[in-house]
Amino acid sequence: MRVVIAEDLALLREGLVSLLETHDFEIAAAVDNGPSLLKALLDHRPDVAVVDVRLPPSFTDEGLQAALEARRQVPGMPVLVLSQYVEQLYARELLADGTGGIGYLLKDRVFDAAQFVDAVRRVAAGGTAMDPEVISRLVASNTRNTPISRLTPRETEVLELMAQGRSNAAIAERLVVTERAVTKHTANIFTKLDLPVTGDDNRRVLAVLAYLNR
Amino acid sequence: MTSGLAKETRVTETRPRETRLQQHVRAPWRGLAFGLLGIPAMLTGAWFITVVSMISSFLGVLLFPSAVMLLRTQLDAYRSRINKWTDTRIERPYLPQPEVEPGFQGMLKRFVRLITDPATWRDYLWVVLDPVLVLFTAALPGLLVLYGLWGYVVAAFTGRWIGHYGGSDWYAYIHITEGYDKDVSRIVSTLVVATACIAAGLLIGPKMLNVYGRWGRFILGPTKKSELALRVRHLTETRSEAVDASAAELRRIERDLHDGAQARLVAMGMSLGAIEHLLDRDPEKARILLAEARQSSAKALHELRDLVRGIHPPVLADRGIGDAVKALALDHPLRVEVASDLPSRPEPPVESAAYFAVSEILTNAAKHSGAARVWVDLRYEDGMLRITVTDDGHGGATLDGGTGLRGIERRIGTFDGILALNSPVGGPTIVTMELPCALSSPKTSPS
Repeated sequence: MRVVIAEDLALLREGLVSLLETHDFEIAAAVDNGPSLLKALLDHRPDVAVVDVRLPPSFTDEGLQAALEARRQVPGMPVLVLSQYVEQLYARELLADGTGGIGYLLKDRVFDAAQFVDAVRRVAAGGTAMDPEVISRLVASNTRNTPISRLTPRETEVLELMAQGRSNAAIAERLVVTERAVTKHTANIFTKLDLPVTGDDNRRVLAVLAYLNR
Repeated sequence: MTSGLAKETRVTETRPRETRLQQHVRAPWRGLAFGLLGIPAMLTGAWFITVVSMISSFLGVLLFPSAVMLLRTQLDAYRSRINKWTDTRIERPYLPQPEVEPGFQGMLKRFVRLITDPATWRDYLWVVLDPVLVLFTAALPGLLVLYGLWGYVVAAFTGRWIGHYGGSDWYAYIHITEGYDKDVSRIVSTLVVATACIAAGLLIGPKMLNVYGRWGRFILGPTKKSELALRVRHLTETRSEAVDASAAELRRIERDLHDGAQARLVAMGMSLGAIEHLLDRDPEKARILLAEARQSSAKALHELRDLVRGIHPPVLADRGIGDAVKALALDHPLRVEVASDLPSRPEPPVESAAYFAVSEILTNAAKHSGAARVWVDLRYEDGMLRITVTDDGHGGATLDGGTGLRGIERRIGTFDGILALNSPVGGPTIVTMELPCALSSPKTSPS
């Protein structure tokens, strides 16, 4: 699997490169600024890109802008955005086109190599990987919305995990319940929120995110 | 040299919008009102000069401050009306008063301060000159209209009475004597002159008011010197407030770092030391401590992140105030709609001050207003960043009611920004802020 990495701190960039290489990713390019990121994305058309939000030369949200621009030109190009901070505003912008293949995680999540690599794979496969912090804030800002307040605490928990982009199996493992129980919870959630039921994991996640993003 | 105070007046005393017709109809009567204001002003002036004549005695010194204050109150009536009715804006020109001190010394100080304030003497000059000048400016249109109306009355019946009782009078150039009521040409002339007077009065009304306004500013407004003095006072106040605020902010950051990230790092260091020690003897225990250390590092990062967000929010740094306020709205418990129309970014310090002001107003709205929805509008007009925050709550907010609005006003005051609050009981509450600033050249998007 070919991956483009954009990170301006050399130490972290090398860390990402070696981490992904040990997990059988092929590094197509590792760049340290916004303009060369966009060029690398369009030249290499990687299977997935791991991008830091803040990049030189302007040290603003240059990485995010380059990723969004690349996705405008190549719809659905999988991008995992890393940041010191997660902002609902940026999450919304990344999710706005509704095509999936999007990740938005805090940089600390890299500490847990297995989870991180899993997130990269999920994004590469067209899924989503949203940071728990984004999702919990997204759910919190939706509490005035009555259908969500009708969910049971367990259902809310499942909703949050689902919105992070996890599959039923992963949710079941996380909550230490059977997969069937999770399926039941998700069915309840979809009925309560009045969302169309779909068997496809990715489409299901996108439906939930779109709902929360309204 | 437009001082921050100048803008203050503009916002707090906005001139009501009127059509041209309304202006022309109302101007003559307003002019007459200025003329009538002259009567109490003249009396006050007479009292003032009487007191001044007694100044060589103790009684004069004792009465002087009260006489000056009385005069000032009188003339403030002129200022507020000129601000309301004409295109001219007048500030109060008076030098700041020293703190009231008890005893003879304090009284003497106050006396000296007032008697050396040029504005005191300019006020007196106004009282002496204005009663004459007002007749030829503001009051003129009103007098013309009244004269015109008198002409109609003369033509209708008073002319006949005057003639009947053998009187003799003049209306403009028309002689009113016996037989006036039978002389059609004289009556027609009267009507023509009367109509012309009314028309002229209505026509020149607004113009004359503006001329009067300029005359008012010339005498009643601050001179260059007092304007500078007022400006210096404003800057001194806002500077010391800014210094206090930033010192308090630094203390808060220091405390947060000390209690938060720093403490966690110390704990981590201790854990790591213990792990080093335990590695060979008790690897299982070492593993538990390692997990704890990792948690500590995650918590330290989390706290640092919150701290940085409080100092300078990332979206503000990345995108500027428009998107930063939008990000704020997304995290806000109320439904906040943001409309931002800024061609580019204001200077960073202004941006930051405005951001935290909006943030605090939104927090206030959530806490006190009982509102369900809030609208934030950001725009750039006439060299000003103008921000309006409107909520549909129950209103009744005051600047001093512990709402923190006074604090916001002080902080944006550092940038000559001003804040106006409009919060009738029953709502809605509208907070308007204006910060003079320059915009940077539009940001080029990375391509």
